[in-house]
Amino acid sequence: MLSALLVMSGIAILLGAVLGFAAIKFRVEGNPLVDKIDAILPQTQCGQCGFPGCMPYATALAADEADINRCPPGGEEGIHKLAELLNKEFIPFGGDTNAPKPKSLAFIDENTCIGCTLCIQACPVDAIVGAAKQMHTIVQAECTGCELCLAPCPVDCISMVVIEEKITNWKWKYPVYALTPA
Amino acid sequence: MKTLHKFHGGIHPPTHKTESTRTPIARLPMPAKLVIPFHQHVGNIAKPLVQVGDYVLKGQLIGLPEDGISSAIHASTSGTISEIGMQVVAHASGLPDLCATLIPDGKDEWIARETTDYRSATPEQVRKVLRMAGVVGLGGAVFPSDLKLRIGKHAIKTLVINGAECEPYITCDDMLMRERAEEIIKGAEIMRWALAAEEILIGIEDNKPEAILAMQIATRASSDNIQIIAVPTLYPGGGAKQLIRVLTGIEVAAGVRSTDKGVQCFNVATAQSIYRALQFGEPLVARIVTVTGNVKNAQNLEVLIGTPVGDLLSFAGALPDTDSSIMGGPMMGLPLPNSEVSIVKAANCIIASSPKLFPAAPPAMPCIRCTRCAEVCPAELQPQDLYWFAKAKDFGKAQEFNLFDCIECGACSYVCPSSIPLVQYYRFAKSEIWARESEKNASDAARERFEFREYRTEREKIEKAEKLAAKEKAAAAAKVEAAKTAAAQPIANAAVSAPQDDAQAKIQAAIEHAKQQAAAAKPKNTEQLTPQQQATIADIEARRARIQELAASDVAAPKE
Repeated sequence: MLSALLVMSGIAILLGAVLGFAAIKFRVEGNPLVDKIDAILPQTQCGQCGFPGCMPYATALAADEADINRCPPGGEEGIHKLAELLNKEFIPFGGDTNAPKPKSLAFIDENTCIGCTLCIQACPVDAIVGAAKQMHTIVQAECTGCELCLAPCPVDCISMVVIEEKITNWKWKYPVYALTPA
Repeated sequence: MKTLHKFHGGIHPPTHKTESTRTPIARLPMPAKLVIPFHQHVGNIAKPLVQVGDYVLKGQLIGLPEDGISSAIHASTSGTISEIGMQVVAHASGLPDLCATLIPDGKDEWIARETTDYRSATPEQVRKVLRMAGVVGLGGAVFPSDLKLRIGKHAIKTLVINGAECEPYITCDDMLMRERAEEIIKGAEIMRWALAAEEILIGIEDNKPEAILAMQIATRASSDNIQIIAVPTLYPGGGAKQLIRVLTGIEVAAGVRSTDKGVQCFNVATAQSIYRALQFGEPLVARIVTVTGNVKNAQNLEVLIGTPVGDLLSFAGALPDTDSSIMGGPMMGLPLPNSEVSIVKAANCIIASSPKLFPAAPPAMPCIRCTRCAEVCPAELQPQDLYWFAKAKDFGKAQEFNLFDCIECGACSYVCPSSIPLVQYYRFAKSEIWARESEKNASDAARERFEFREYRTEREKIEKAEKLAAKEKAAAAAKVEAAKTAAAQPIANAAVSAPQDDAQAKIQAAIEHAKQQAAAAKPKNTEQLTPQQQATIADIEARRARIQELAASDVAAPKE
């Protein structure tokens, strides 16, 4: 009787120690849900959701403090993905969120630019090159189209140019054909 | 006799090859203008080297290959560049791309050409020559050949030369093998040398007995270990993976390259153009094109790159009911947006199409899961499942079912009793997946840049705070020092306002100092100027003064 008790409690202590060690050793840093949400968000860092960047919005979503339809650059597909991940109902864009726009890039009219560096400070991804009293320009490959540089510009020399369809970014269309029998 | 293997599936569509093999290869008369696209190959677009108005010679480099995967573009004949701009090209999108328009002068005058003896050169030099000669895979994939001739991690044992030409209507490789077999064999030998391969296997479908014979005669004069192998006629037996399977029995699995298995595959026309590029220094400026379908005289033509498709059709005598044309074969070809687009390196065949020849497909019916598509699929996929996933836009699942192993041969659509345009669904799914992937990469890059920016801002803040703290500390230390000296000396009449006065004086002094500095400062780059430069500067100064004057008068004007 006593030996059985000892053996059982011994095993319990041993397993407890193993579990305790594993909990410390394989501890997950941060909130994995936030990272999953952040991976879905388009990383434009535009703040259209009302949060200062994608990560804060992801954190708010993980804490269930924000709606899933607040990210216009992510499009409807983004809402669908978030709905699936967070096990929520799909909600369309609407209310105080902007509707999604076609993807575009910022463009600086270099004749008008006065070199004030305000846009450089506003750009969340360092996609603007320039220096004080020097003409600025956008590095197209890095621009996310967040529009954050538009507001600070004192001479309104930045405009958004919609990315047009070219051979390099052209996609095969979803097959559509007539349903009427011949 | 070599034992042949079988690949899965395959179909037997009517071949329609005899129409265009009755006459030898003819040369198309010089067209009135050539439109040469700068992007005719897989990879980066070539960088234009010419300007409007430039006179160019035949074979002159007009597009420089840019970074990594790219190829050169040449003038197809001598003449004048009349335009460089966006024009509609032979592409499924029907969108314009950068092209040079060349007006031939009729002389067809070659640029100076030089022979490269590959035996006395290094493979690296040969690859460079081929890159600058714009040699790309002429079987339709247009991948730069020099990159395929690089020896990677795995040694190449077998070089497969693809003369199968399995797609209906197309006969350009057939005619090339009949008429220029020696050049093909010599090209193959150059490739074998570059790859250090042991054997050359040339696979030709058994519906081309003349080509097989011509090639066999050509190999007789050549060194050993070259085999001409007749393979059974079965579409798509000319697919690289399929032909490798038939000839060697090697199955190239998903995500694996044939080179990993010691096999490299080239088209016969590519072999021929490699030979011409090295032996005669001729860049790829022309190719053999089959003109067939709804035409009076179906035949093969030697056509300059950039020739409008319409020229070929009218030369072959397109029948009046021709309403469109197809580039490539009826299975995998792409309908051309119009007959103005030009022949590119990928164009092996132009089929004049009429509603009678290719009637519109009957409306698609629902999939009945008969799995006939799975039976004929040469890549051993489950086309009915892929269709389902592509239609539902379930791209992850489609990828799981190896969508990217699909070679878009169209065998599935061909046998589908419901006439579903299956390949279109796969193409749609593939390009969506590619687009998503590049979007994902872009967003990952954006995240990284954003996070680095946050880190940098934070670091700058800390650095600033540290600097400030250090300064304050120094100031405090100085104060203590001052207090000490003040305590040591007899107390002067220290007015309460003194520190303030002191600060004001300091600011004043600093302003004075800055003013002096500004006055003393001279542009550092104005010493040792040539008189010419000084004259230019004087000129600019004068202009500036005039502008300032004008501006002043402009401002003054409204007052009057």
